[in-house]
Amino acid sequence: MAKEESAGPPEVTTKPWNDPKVRSIFFQVVLLILVVLAGMYIFGNTADNLERQGIATGFSFFGTTAGFGIITHLIEYNEASSYGRAFAVGLLNTLLVAFCGIIAATILGVVIGISRLSKNWMVSRMAMVYIETFRNIPLLLQIFFWYFAVLRALPQPKNSVNFLDSIFINSRGIYMPSAIYEDGFSLVLWALGIAVVAVVVMTRWAHKRQDQTGQQFHTIYYSIALLIGLPLLAFTVTGFPLSWEIPALKGFNFAGGTVIIPEFVALWLSLSIYTASFIAEIVRAGIQAVSHGQTEAAHALGIKAGPTLQLVILPQALRVIIPPLSSQFLNLTKNSSLATAIAYPELVSVFTGTVLNQTGQAVEIISVTMAVYLSISLGISAMMNWYNAKMALVER
Amino acid sequence: MKTITSTVMLASLFAVSANTSAATLDEVVGKGHVQCGVSQGLPGFSNFDDKGNWSGVDVDICRAIAAAIFNDSEAVKYTPLSSKERFTALQSGEIDVLSRNTTWTATRDTALGLNFAGVNYYDGQGFMVRKDLGVNSALELDGAAICTQTGTTTELNVADYFRSNDMAYTVVAYEKSDEVVAAYDSGRCDVYTTDQSGLYAQRIKLKDVSAHKVLPEVISKEPLGPVVRQGDDQWFNLVKWSLYCMINAEEMGITSQNIKSKMNGKDPAVKRLLGEEGAFGENLGVSPTWCGNIVAQVGNYGESFARHLSVDPLNISRGVNELWSKGGIQYAPPIR
Repeated sequence: MAKEESAGPPEVTTKPWNDPKVRSIFFQVVLLILVVLAGMYIFGNTADNLERQGIATGFSFFGTTAGFGIITHLIEYNEASSYGRAFAVGLLNTLLVAFCGIIAATILGVVIGISRLSKNWMVSRMAMVYIETFRNIPLLLQIFFWYFAVLRALPQPKNSVNFLDSIFINSRGIYMPSAIYEDGFSLVLWALGIAVVAVVVMTRWAHKRQDQTGQQFHTIYYSIALLIGLPLLAFTVTGFPLSWEIPALKGFNFAGGTVIIPEFVALWLSLSIYTASFIAEIVRAGIQAVSHGQTEAAHALGIKAGPTLQLVILPQALRVIIPPLSSQFLNLTKNSSLATAIAYPELVSVFTGTVLNQTGQAVEIISVTMAVYLSISLGISAMMNWYNAKMALVER
Repeated sequence: MKTITSTVMLASLFAVSANTSAATLDEVVGKGHVQCGVSQGLPGFSNFDDKGNWSGVDVDICRAIAAAIFNDSEAVKYTPLSSKERFTALQSGEIDVLSRNTTWTATRDTALGLNFAGVNYYDGQGFMVRKDLGVNSALELDGAAICTQTGTTTELNVADYFRSNDMAYTVVAYEKSDEVVAAYDSGRCDVYTTDQSGLYAQRIKLKDVSAHKVLPEVISKEPLGPVVRQGDDQWFNLVKWSLYCMINAEEMGITSQNIKSKMNGKDPAVKRLLGEEGAFGENLGVSPTWCGNIVAQVGNYGESFARHLSVDPLNISRGVNELWSKGGIQYAPPIR
């Protein structure tokens, strides 16, 4: 507009209400005011009504004693802890199962997605059956299946499946020895840290050398040797500063050691297997999106099938794969709330279940829970966007 | 589950405003039925048969309220609720009365905007174990895994009991009672805990009923009763007196069978109860024969108890739920 005015004859003036720019700003401001007013109305109305009905409000309950037990917790928790701590326990359990699930689903999904394209008829059909089966059964049913099918098959504590008298599997979970660190163990950790740094430096050096001279250097063997050898050396030198607490049958159940509860296993399995079937299709689609000419060109240059996939196809396929993959990660995290059906104490089960019922403050608790899921999802999105930007096609 | 709870919450945001000002009784009369919150299936208390008909002592409270208002005990619609959903459903106005084996506690009475309209079953929390475990007392349960339901007083009681007796335990808490029973039955836990009445009721869902037993200890007081929203005294009174009517009727020996013969009798207390004297129905905002309708269509408290709880396979005895005049603690203020 401004350009036209300066270019046109000076007597042509637009009235503000006819100026599209002014009008668009006006309507945006009106919309913003309406949204803010609606928000204030809902907030005020809710607060008024809660007060009129005599329902307790506010967030002070976070500090009061919870008084209930939680079966598995990553941080110290007991009945005397506060609701705030119970919230943290639930949140960490959600994050734990989401993290483990994302890793397992990605690995499984990539393997099955590639198998789906295999030239081996049997392998590709098996992958297809896997995808079609698990993608098309509701997740809650799969959770129940893994939970009750697995639970019923497991023996009672007295007849536990026993590995080397140190790992026991029964219907109460998988009992494993837990490590007790003694003096000098920090040296082993330092050795591990040094090994990691050495591996990074070595990989960079190998890349640089290959770029310059074309000579390949098999970093993988040296990396494994470094990562295992160095900490082991430190471990021996310091005189094995580690002992194990072995679980033992005491009364009804095993005591001591670390336990992985069946609820976690069932949830983790079902989330991973379900999401992997979607990831497999995304991976297949991504690989097929790379023109077949790329494979032929690589073969024409004498590159073998393995390196072709790794160096030519996958880097290009990743650009197609990453955006839909992020939404699968988000789905998996949000689906973890279904755990409330099988007693895995994640956020929804602990916080919007037990805490909500003991305090009765539904509005506060549901709002906090929604905010938490929103933050987790935005966090995962941000990470995936960063990775996507890194992998995106660099125009030269 | 998350979405369901959020929907309930969103509903509460808007519905709360609609229901606080309006009198529940007028609303109920307007829509022609009582919307009653019940359990998702607890034999003897609120349970449905294969035709979808609800029955039980908690259901009888809903039917009594409908009989008092409409002279039709069938004018009730039922909303099955999990223990997590029940209070929000009542607060938001989704239901008119909650009659769902709900324990009367200080927090629930004071901080949730609710009122308990009496006690229709005095209960206490107990434990059920497999007989082959060889346990005879709850004090032998050190280290046990315990199955229970989330969002109940049992979850807290069990924590208190094991802490005060210095015993270790792990609690496995499910959302639905059927899942608790299924998990206990498949060996996930050594112990199943809930209110004793619930233990007897849920026991019949187990694969082998005779392989389990209820331990003698009762570790808590669980007075169960109907709940209404705070701030509507007329409705509160109606629900409260519907229950008292049933208890008073039992005390006076008026049953659904003999109510016809008791009419036009001489006893002034019976006359008042049946609405032949006094203006009790008018004060409650319903017809003068409200209590007579309840007894004729639903029966008195003892009949309701006998019909739903003292029969196979539950066989729960009256115990403390016997009338005060017969050694129990069920006691209703007089209709006078």
